[in-house]
Amino acid sequence: MNKILWPILLALTLSACGTTGSTPATVEDRTGDKAATTAAKPAGTDTTGVSGADVSASALPAGDPRKDPASPLSKRSVHFDFDSFVVKDEYRPMLEAHAGYLLSKRDARVILQGNADDRGSREYNLALGQKRAEAVRKVLSVLGVSDAQMEAISFGEEKPRNPASTEEAYAENRRTDVVYGDE
Amino acid sequence: MLRAVLLFPLVCLALLSAPFSARAAMEIEVVGGAASQIAVAMVPFQAAPGQPAPALTEIAGNDLERSGQFRRVDVGGAQQPFSPAQVNYEVWRGRSADALVIGQVTALPGRRFDVRFYLLDAVKRTQLAAFSYNISASQWRATAHQIADIVHEKLTGIPGAFSSRIAYVQKQGKRYELRVADADGQNPRTVVRSSEPVISPRFSPDGARVLYVSFEDRKPVVYVQSLQDGGRRKVAAFKGSNSAPAWAPDGKRLAVVLTRDEASQIYLINADGSGLARLTRGGNIDTEPVFSRDGKTLYFTSDRGGSAQIYQMPAGGGEPRRVSFSGSYNVSPAVSPDGRYLAYINREEGRFRVVLHELASGQIRVLTDTARDESPSFAPNGQAVLYATVQGGRGILGTVSVDGKTRARLSESGVDAREPAWGP
Repeated sequence: MNKILWPILLALTLSACGTTGSTPATVEDRTGDKAATTAAKPAGTDTTGVSGADVSASALPAGDPRKDPASPLSKRSVHFDFDSFVVKDEYRPMLEAHAGYLLSKRDARVILQGNADDRGSREYNLALGQKRAEAVRKVLSVLGVSDAQMEAISFGEEKPRNPASTEEAYAENRRTDVVYGDE
Repeated sequence: MLRAVLLFPLVCLALLSAPFSARAAMEIEVVGGAASQIAVAMVPFQAAPGQPAPALTEIAGNDLERSGQFRRVDVGGAQQPFSPAQVNYEVWRGRSADALVIGQVTALPGRRFDVRFYLLDAVKRTQLAAFSYNISASQWRATAHQIADIVHEKLTGIPGAFSSRIAYVQKQGKRYELRVADADGQNPRTVVRSSEPVISPRFSPDGARVLYVSFEDRKPVVYVQSLQDGGRRKVAAFKGSNSAPAWAPDGKRLAVVLTRDEASQIYLINADGSGLARLTRGGNIDTEPVFSRDGKTLYFTSDRGGSAQIYQMPAGGGEPRRVSFSGSYNVSPAVSPDGRYLAYINREEGRFRVVLHELASGQIRVLTDTARDESPSFAPNGQAVLYATVQGGRGILGTVSVDGKTRARLSESGVDAREPAWGP
């Protein structure tokens, strides 16, 4: 990792501290019958198509290395063992590639979306998914990526890639997806 | 043992809740009952022309039966009194009725009705209660629930919870709706529609607002919404995930779970989004906070001891103390209104079931016999627990009496219901 980048990353981290969205906002009233007559959804409420596997190539400029199947940047999912939050070694090259990309493009932002299987409490599973997202965030952080470029969030059990109730499906859903802000 | 299957016809519901465009009604199935039930004769009230259906005694009778504390006496074939002077107590004692509900409905101008009802002790031959209501047709079901509440309180000494409401999330295809309905699942009203998941609804202590977690912003964000005008705002939308909201009993302060500083920690925040204060520390999971009714204690789920367990701590901050010890997975605590019990989900041999934990003795009673229970919450009178479970691959809601003896399932065909919360 290029040590010259460190002061820049630190500055980025500090400057971003005040920008997390904590201001309460009044949004569109979608209650009851009014919602029934409103066909259009507010922008940004439909996240289908943003999970790593579903992003269409046309959404990004041609030649984007993140879309090149030969590039480790096209790999977006980190899977976890049952009840585990350890990022396995096999994901090292992929995460190093993403760290390199983020260090080279300081305006790039990445969302780390943690997921859990659907057994047990939804809120507890949200926390488990968060732990998986944080595990990936910490790896990227150690690789030099600024906190300001990353946000670790969780979908818990709410957005399963595989909705079946099988061990295979559970394993598929215990994962963190790396999703870029412009995707 | 199947005691009764109660079906509410769709037609009647559509008539009553036309303004809310309810498309379907929940079916209710009651199983079991307390060992000694009070026998009540629900004598159909003298009807008025044009009165809504089903009859008040039918709605109230279903309420009472669902509690498990009552059984209905057959009223067919007997002379049916409408006022106390007409009652022949010999007849009703002959049918082993402990109590008698009688009354009359009179039509008033403007599609209003005068409802009079009497609760009579069939053994002592005394009047226990007499009420009259001047109601509009839209207050029909609410009036029936009030009658059931009065009967429950006069005969058991404990107020009924039939006039309370529940909130839940229903999923149809990829559509999510946060709904508020009567405690019997009827009169559903959609308060949020979204193409993204909604979880963890919580009624404010006065029932006027609801907190929930919505994923419409591509991550979990906590919202508060007025049930009167539908106005809503973000309470917690910090960097990372925002979830597991809980009202303090004063209705002003909330507990929420944020990940802005490190993995899932509990914070306090005002309902207007101001005054954030961190409550728990450490890199472990702390989530699902819930206040005791006096507001002094917080119960929550944590994996700080190596497995998911229930802990308690002073709401003003302090050292957490472990509460649950049985098994390796205890989550989603709810506190009874009198503060003596917790209901939570316990996993044993791969089954997730609702348990009742008496705090003073540490005694635990398994309340359900299903395998995928979630999200328990107490009735306002503490006599039953509402929860979500899975049946035939589909999410349904259920209630169980705190003695574990009476269970009722509320389900709507073709709909996946989850995340229930019992409100005032």
